[in-house]
Amino acid sequence: MDLQQRFVAGDLEAFEQLFRDYQRQVYAWIVRIVRDSATAEDLTVETFWRIYRSRTLFRPDGNFGAWSRRIATNIALDHLRKSRRETELPNDLLAPPEPDPAVSREMRARIRSAFVNLPPKYRLVATLALIEDAPYEEIAAAAGITVALVKVRVFRATRMLRKQLRTLSAEIGAQS
Amino acid sequence: MNREEKNRANTTSSTAQERSDLNEINHLLRQAMPPVPPDQLEPHTDLWPQLRARIESEHNTVHAATNIRRESPGIRIAWFDWALAALAAAALIFFPGIIPALLYHF
Repeated sequence: MDLQQRFVAGDLEAFEQLFRDYQRQVYAWIVRIVRDSATAEDLTVETFWRIYRSRTLFRPDGNFGAWSRRIATNIALDHLRKSRRETELPNDLLAPPEPDPAVSREMRARIRSAFVNLPPKYRLVATLALIEDAPYEEIAAAAGITVALVKVRVFRATRMLRKQLRTLSAEIGAQS
Repeated sequence: MNREEKNRANTTSSTAQERSDLNEINHLLRQAMPPVPPDQLEPHTDLWPQLRARIESEHNTVHAATNIRRESPGIRIAWFDWALAALAAAALIFFPGIIPALLYHF
């Protein structure tokens, strides 16, 4: 019996092996979405916990990596939905390596504020496509949507961000 | 310039505008929220012990629930209680005169 078959049969050692093979990949995907290492660790454990619970639904000849990424994406999206009211992004990944002097600190704060106000499904694709440069095909497979829909969401997210940034600029202009 | 040419020119300019918007937003986003650096794409600790503890805790909960179900198909009554109930029933049968006294006290 191979590793995936043993996992489906409930073998804990096989599951540990799969966990060790895929935990980096799952963590890396989640941290790119939620942008906070502690949250990403919790969500990685949650992802593998759900994988273990639903192991009987997995086909032993299936692609474990793709399946785990799909579950991880759903869990990360749920997290974005729940934490939407938290308007501040965590601090640990905020400083750009080469800051553009034309983009002020205030402007960066406004962009972050506009970004967290995006609906979670748009925020998910915007983070992966615009910030992390993930291929559209990869995003589509992980989110369970078509590539065309990923493109539409990226386009809409861009439009929403532009609109929000314009509103914020106008508010600041009116105050000064 | 005919209408078709005008439409084509408008479409081209709006596509160029969209592309320029996308590039600008992309640049601003990356300045505000840079991509996660490669050295932060790994968990800081081994997450397996945490996951294993969760799996074991769930197993224990399931086992405990199963055992409780097995042990108590109905209400479990100790033999001493059965003996007391039998004595009380025998007393009522053999000495029915105590029934009015019991009713009076209750």
